[in-house]
Amino acid sequence: MSVVLLFFLSFSVFCSLFSGTAPELAGALLEGAGRGVTLTVSLAGPLCLWCGLTHTMEKTGLTEKLAKLLSPILKRLFPKAWQDTAAREALCGNLSANLLGLGSAATPLGIRAACAMAKDCDGIASNELCKLVVMNTASVQLIPSTIAALRAGLGAASPFDILPAVWITSVCSVAAGLLAAKVMAKWC
Amino acid sequence: MVLELLVPLLFLGVCIYAMAGRRDVYSLMVTGAEQGLRTVLSILPSLVVLLALIHMLRTSGAIDRMTAFLTPLCQRLGIPPETVPLVVIRPISGSAGLAVGSEIIAAHGPDSEVGRIAAIMLGSTETTFYTISVYFGAAKIKKTRHTVAAALIADLVGFWMAGITARLLF
Repeated sequence: MSVVLLFFLSFSVFCSLFSGTAPELAGALLEGAGRGVTLTVSLAGPLCLWCGLTHTMEKTGLTEKLAKLLSPILKRLFPKAWQDTAAREALCGNLSANLLGLGSAATPLGIRAACAMAKDCDGIASNELCKLVVMNTASVQLIPSTIAALRAGLGAASPFDILPAVWITSVCSVAAGLLAAKVMAKWC
Repeated sequence: MVLELLVPLLFLGVCIYAMAGRRDVYSLMVTGAEQGLRTVLSILPSLVVLLALIHMLRTSGAIDRMTAFLTPLCQRLGIPPETVPLVVIRPISGSAGLAVGSEIIAAHGPDSEVGRIAAIMLGSTETTFYTISVYFGAAKIKKTRHTVAAALIADLVGFWMAGITARLLF
């Protein structure tokens, strides 16, 4: 990240010298910092509310119910890991947390599943482990609450109207990733 | 109509379910919101630094130069050139992706085509490289084989489909 920061800082100083925007640069830097706070504040309310909802779903066992609904899909995607109880439970939890947008709950569960699946493979990723990681690098969130909050904060007429587009795009992206993993598994 | 009611109905449903299980919904919601506040506070410093940088990039004309350079390639792929900074940064850093995305949505308006495409991109992709390093690091995997390539294909399809769905549905 530090290299990225250095690169973009020098790039914008360099560009401003050529574009004659140098006098405005310092102001832009400070204004941007202010915008960082405004952005966080506009996200804060909706994000807290959403965390309240997902926390309630977790504590009342709704998340677990969702995990059970998902098991037929996961059984087909991860037949080997499905034999192992610990991996199976972690997989279900990981996917349902991802669907609900519980990033902080999804990662530890996903890591637990990955560790269980990596037990006897000598540091070389198995096909199923690759699939699990690809599935986690593509978003499968049902309600992208942060983006809706961001849009609401910037004055969108209907912050959730992008949902169908997000669903179609997510499904295509995850399917493409899993298909690519399946095809490439034979090559390397 | 269904879409507008989806989120309120979700809240209502969860509330009824919790009450049926004799749980104190209100205090559960408040506890969750408190945890959310901690998340918000933890992203504030990085958003301040990143937005300062991005705003400077925009003012200096650096972003215009980059997008002008990449416009021909993007038009062939159907990705709006204005969203190129987002496409580049999204797989690398989550908070930087959010910062760049918010800057694009603010500059073009949340209900504009570009603003919508940026939002769809943000909503349907993840921080690819971060996820890969966390998972494989924890599982002590050295040979990741085809994972990076497959994950990037998924990202690319996501960015490409964001443009298509935005044009089809709005």
